[in-house]
Amino acid sequence: MTDALSQDTALPSPGAPLALDSAFPRREAREKVTGAARYAAEHTPPDCAYAWPVPATVARGRVTALHTADVLALPGVLAVLTHTDAPRLGPSDDPTLALLQDDRVPHRGWYVALAVADSLESARAAADALRVEYDTDEHDVRLTADHPRLYTPEEANGGHPAVRERGDFDAAFAAADVRVDATYTMPALHNHPMEPHASTAWWTDDGRLTVYDSSQGSATVRDTLAGLFNVPEDAVTVLSEHVGGGFGAKGTPRAQVVLAAMAARHTGRPVKLALPRHQLAAVVGHRAPTVQRVRLGASSDGVITALAHEVVTHTSTVREFVEQAAVPARTMYTSPNSRTTHRVVALDVPTPSWMRAPGEASGMYALESAMDELAAATGIDPVELRLRNEPAAEPDSGRPFSSRHLADCLREGARRFGWEGREARSGVRRAGDLLLGTGVASATYPVLVSPSTATAHADRDGSYTILVNATDIGTGARTVLAQIAAEVLGTRPDTVRVDIGRSTLPTAPLAGGSSGTASWGWAVHKACTALAGKLRAHSGELPAEGLSASADTEEEAGRESPYARHAFGAHFAEVQVDTVTGEVRVRRLLGVYAAGRILNPRTARSQFIGGMTMGIGMALTESSTMDAGFGDFAERDLAAYHVPSCADAPAIEAYWVEEDDPHLNPMGSKGIGEIGIVGTAAAVANAVHHAVGVRLRDLPLTPDRLLPHLATAPHAFPLAVSGK
Amino acid sequence: MPERGAPEIPVSLVSLRVNGTWLSLRLDNRTTLLDALREHLDLVGAKKGCDHGQCGACTVLVGGRRANSCLLLAVACDGSDVTTVEGLAEGERLHPVQEAFVAHDALQCGYCTPGQICSAVGMLAEAAEGHPSYATAPDRLAADSSPGQGAPEPFDALEIRERMSGNLCRCGAYPNIVDAIAEAARS
Ligand code: FES
Ligand code: FES
Repeated sequence: MTDALSQDTALPSPGAPLALDSAFPRREAREKVTGAARYAAEHTPPDCAYAWPVPATVARGRVTALHTADVLALPGVLAVLTHTDAPRLGPSDDPTLALLQDDRVPHRGWYVALAVADSLESARAAADALRVEYDTDEHDVRLTADHPRLYTPEEANGGHPAVRERGDFDAAFAAADVRVDATYTMPALHNHPMEPHASTAWWTDDGRLTVYDSSQGSATVRDTLAGLFNVPEDAVTVLSEHVGGGFGAKGTPRAQVVLAAMAARHTGRPVKLALPRHQLAAVVGHRAPTVQRVRLGASSDGVITALAHEVVTHTSTVREFVEQAAVPARTMYTSPNSRTTHRVVALDVPTPSWMRAPGEASGMYALESAMDELAAATGIDPVELRLRNEPAAEPDSGRPFSSRHLADCLREGARRFGWEGREARSGVRRAGDLLLGTGVASATYPVLVSPSTATAHADRDGSYTILVNATDIGTGARTVLAQIAAEVLGTRPDTVRVDIGRSTLPTAPLAGGSSGTASWGWAVHKACTALAGKLRAHSGELPAEGLSASADTEEEAGRESPYARHAFGAHFAEVQVDTVTGEVRVRRLLGVYAAGRILNPRTARSQFIGGMTMGIGMALTESSTMDAGFGDFAERDLAAYHVPSCADAPAIEAYWVEEDDPHLNPMGSKGIGEIGIVGTAAAVANAVHHAVGVRLRDLPLTPDRLLPHLATAPHAFPLAVSGK
Repeated sequence: MPERGAPEIPVSLVSLRVNGTWLSLRLDNRTTLLDALREHLDLVGAKKGCDHGQCGACTVLVGGRRANSCLLLAVACDGSDVTTVEGLAEGERLHPVQEAFVAHDALQCGYCTPGQICSAVGMLAEAAEGHPSYATAPDRLAADSSPGQGAPEPFDALEIRERMSGNLCRCGAYPNIVDAIAEAARS
């Protein structure tokens, strides 16, 4: 969509020197606060039908009977699609999209049918009424560190090698002055963007498919649908104008868009499908649970001589996904002898996928907790310990860092937080029934970038239009792209329209991997540079159709860098632990980041804070239990799966250090969408250790886990009156 | 087996005053107020985040009080006065809460935003009527036990966080939401 030109006239004042670095308000704010912004399920074409999926109610087996006739007799029901009559799909490289193609049930919640009706109410009633019979097989859904079917995959998510070894870890660890050997566990976590996955789809007589989809990247959705429905790519149009969050769960096409397109083809009507919240856990991906063993060997001065990070995780039988939790240990600290490994077992569980900072968020919880244990073991302050382990080059690759200002983040964070003079002992700060503690953890996230195309257009009236199929999932993409264009064109952002969120625009990669702004912005920068050249060469009035320039960054953005490129950060947390109830509350959370040039402080700060808030959930409340007998996640909705609420988010502050890195992209930016969550859970957990004096290594840190360690607290209220 | 289409869907005629205008709708008795707004009146500002009263995205004002519209059957709201986020601005002039949300960047993806805003408008009215919250200091309660005694003092971030905790924001815009509401409360 094209945003209004008038919206960012308020800031900064006319004549402001730079379009970048300025806190322009986000362009779609007005539409979003008035309800005018439309999301994927908020388009209702004439004669629109509604679909409701039917999830499998067994953990493994085959569908043997679907009693569709009873359901078709219900009022308003148009169709019940099943594997026997749903459209046959063409190939795709994502087997989770092979929906209603056969009778196999690979996990509970896998879709076995789709009800379509005249109304939402009738569709839901039809789905509820469908009787399905199954042949049930034994299932295995329980991840254990010694599962007999664990294997070493070829690679982990992101194309990282599953195993890396440097030096001789075993010998160095055995010889170390100080050793930490600890195992940390994390449950499965769910992205739960506030907008459930939704699509509205329709086919026209000429064989063209149009869908509004809740997606982080409509180009991939278009290409995938073209393959599945065996039509040319240009016969498919995908619109994702406003997307209600994704956090990875909308990074690639998900079930809803395939089912909506199928139902639309089957019924010949437009079909709207919004997945019910409680079905999401089974079908849109989750952060896989991990069991992480970290071993650190160090000399008595705290310098690490041996580091092992060994990760065990699960995937499904449908598709392999391996949470790359051992990967950050390849970047973070001095480690002449290192072993980082991943092993995975394919269980009868839903398929895991990306959730905000996959690998980094999970892995840094374990690594940064282990660093805290090493600090305790050596008696060195946790900030100081990290400073002593700053490597000269990236340990794993040996490549120099394009920029690395972790030390500055730690020092600046310590100063702002008031870290100096921190009580070295743990479990001693008490205020009434509360125990207080502070903790620190580092953060890192790689600099990712993908090739993109973009077009810049100059109009006669002095205004500009940028066309690029970027997606705004809440980052403020329109706003920052206008700033980038304005800076290159030497104009004010309010003279630049930005048209994004539609697959018919110049092709661009997804909003994911904290790479959106770098990827799209690079192409916008290049197109605007070319346009500026054309404008300089042009004399007199512009032609009636204006002037345009297009760019493709295939070469420069696709090129491998000789540098190790990462953003870094430091998180500081203060917590209180209630010795009566066992409840942990975060009192303060402060992050300092080194993430290249910050292009828009206002929207950047929002993203940092948002990531940190999700980190609070990861530390304290978010947990999805795989019920071994039932074979499903036990916490599937927002009543059971506790994402942080307003009262859980206290004073959260985000700052950054100036970082000038010439090895990134023309804007000099690193990604900022994910690093806020990385390290937050460890900082909180380390603060809990400092408060309580007991190391709890299993997330989340819920009252039931704390209470056994608080029972002997001097003023603890008796929790139960003993009947004995 | 009954013949296809034989049973009837029970429907009712429902009168609602939505954003100041009386409307008469023929609705399936199973239709929630949220779906009536979104699917029948094209008022898509009220969002569906969970459909189960767990997230607050569907918050609208019913008779001036905030309510999760996904938990209300439209037939049961017959005769009600409903205000949605679309009804808060006066023409081009935003409601002070909307204004403050823009000014404080109190949103990211924007999906929780209409619910947050309607909730804030309702919440500020509750507070102004003297309704205490869990965060209201007990001495304040003792001094002003009768309703309608004005907002708890100080009406600080703690009060706002507590009273706004029925509206989830997965993007984590909470600190900005609190700042925005505090500003709107002052104005
Ligand atoms: S949609 Fe009504 S509370 Fe979530
Ligand atoms: S702004 Fe995205 S959920 Fe609140």
